[in-house]
Amino acid sequence: MLRRFLRINKTKDSGVSERFGIVLFLLPTIILIGVYIIYPIIMSFWLSLYEWDGISPTKQFVKFKNWVDLLNDSVFWHSLTNNIKIIILSLLIQIPLAILIAVIIDRGGKRFDIFKSLFYLPMLMSSVAIGVLFKYVYDPQFGLISAILNLLHLENLAKDWLGDPSIALYSVIAVICWQYIPFYMIFFIAAISNIPQELYEAAKIDGATQTQYFWKIEIPLLLPSIKTACILSLIGSLKYFDLIYVMTEGGPAGATELMATYMYKSAFASFKMGYGSTIASAMFIIITTAGIIAYFATRQKEA
Amino acid sequence: MGMRKEVKKWFIAFLIVWVLIADLPFLFMAFTSFKTQMDLLTGAVWELPKQPTFSNYLTVFKGNFISYFKNSIIAVSLSVVLILLISSMSAYVFARAKFKLNSALYSLIIAGMAIPIHVTLIPIYLLTKRIGVYDNIFGLIGPYVALSLPMSVFILTEFMREIPVELEKAAKIDGCSFFRIYSDIILPLSKPALITVAIYNGTYLWNEFIFALVLTSSPSKRTLPLGIWDFQGQYGSDIPAIMAFLTLSLLPMLIAYILGQDKIIKGMMAGAVKG
Repeated sequence: MLRRFLRINKTKDSGVSERFGIVLFLLPTIILIGVYIIYPIIMSFWLSLYEWDGISPTKQFVKFKNWVDLLNDSVFWHSLTNNIKIIILSLLIQIPLAILIAVIIDRGGKRFDIFKSLFYLPMLMSSVAIGVLFKYVYDPQFGLISAILNLLHLENLAKDWLGDPSIALYSVIAVICWQYIPFYMIFFIAAISNIPQELYEAAKIDGATQTQYFWKIEIPLLLPSIKTACILSLIGSLKYFDLIYVMTEGGPAGATELMATYMYKSAFASFKMGYGSTIASAMFIIITTAGIIAYFATRQKEA
Repeated sequence: MGMRKEVKKWFIAFLIVWVLIADLPFLFMAFTSFKTQMDLLTGAVWELPKQPTFSNYLTVFKGNFISYFKNSIIAVSLSVVLILLISSMSAYVFARAKFKLNSALYSLIIAGMAIPIHVTLIPIYLLTKRIGVYDNIFGLIGPYVALSLPMSVFILTEFMREIPVELEKAAKIDGCSFFRIYSDIILPLSKPALITVAIYNGTYLWNEFIFALVLTSSPSKRTLPLGIWDFQGQYGSDIPAIMAFLTLSLLPMLIAYILGQDKIIKGMMAGAVKG
């Protein structure tokens, strides 16, 4: 059907038809990106200058009051701190473990393909489903974790994993690692498979041990991929929402509050659209800056 | 890859421990979904259901599961079709057409890949209400398509640049128009990239939560991830029923994964290639 429609537009004069085609072919993309990306970004910054519940017909122009409030808002700083804790722990846990698993799977060759498939399963589940599942995995009474501790006679280690403010954030980070390690694992398996086999054989002839091969050849050659993975993890960690919102809604007592959950709650639970927009705009600034810094920091070293 | 190196015993031990970590929650979910509430209260987590019951699945189907599922299918498939059509059209222009603004426009659009979508959430919510598509599946499609375009245009443009120009030159001599070249030459040759884009966006949108949360409110208009959220709110204490819902919601992805493992992985990894 599409083809028939397009044939109608066929003209002999290819000059006119090509110019017409270019405009026609770009128009949907330009309109959609304008309406749903560019306009909202501008609008977010614009709304951050107002106090507004999102419903009443008049918005109150308050200049930079929301921004001043944000700078003095301990909840915002606390949520940013939580985001940063997630970044650090994600980097320290996810990337090394993913590399280790990828290297081991690579050593096994085809025999280990089954592990690859089994390890990948968490990637198939939505963050929402994972969040709900782990709410019950962590359940002190019926959950999997308490059952495992019972099995190992470690009952005294049992905690209210999501209910205790001092450990809730770490419980959530554990789930984030569970969810994303498979992604980085596959990412590094692909990167390792690009290392020429001859290098391994040459190292073997030179009498290198597996450990030497790992540190002297694999890790240096994986460095660009490791940098990419770190940037992905960094940016991702600043944007977390689904999983945390579903598991804890930012609680208990704000222990797992993140910028995105705080933004959502301000705008859609407290109906402070202006302040919500301020948080969103601040996230935009923080994430874009972090992305640019990370991008150039890793780029320079490569040169 | 060719033959690999000898494998140490502790490698295997480590992998088995990791299998338990990665997959036990799935077994816990599936087992629990066949238990009665009584089994759950009286038996240990490890115990198999005394008499496996499908009643939890019945509970799920008596709720809005079918409607959530249907909405997800509609929203995701319509979005993916539009994404493929719109992004391939632009990609063809960016890959081939020579005009002044080409590279500037292309850079602007793929810069969108770096935008944290949260900044668009509140304005898109207000816009959706204003144009009257709030709480409507079609209200989701606009943002879904638009927010997927930068990455999709990027993947397709890079791919189309690799297609030999000679084919088009020959077609042009034969009198093929701009449109014919796109539909009869470029699109068929771009099939592998189109499949990657479809899988990447399909899996991402199938699991999308925050826009669906903000742009819809009634259960009959919500997608599957919201269904999980609603159901969990409603049946919070009925753990077996919730596990049945989760198991059912995982099935489509699991089946897709079993059918096309390599393609699914490649599609889901597409987001990482931009680095």
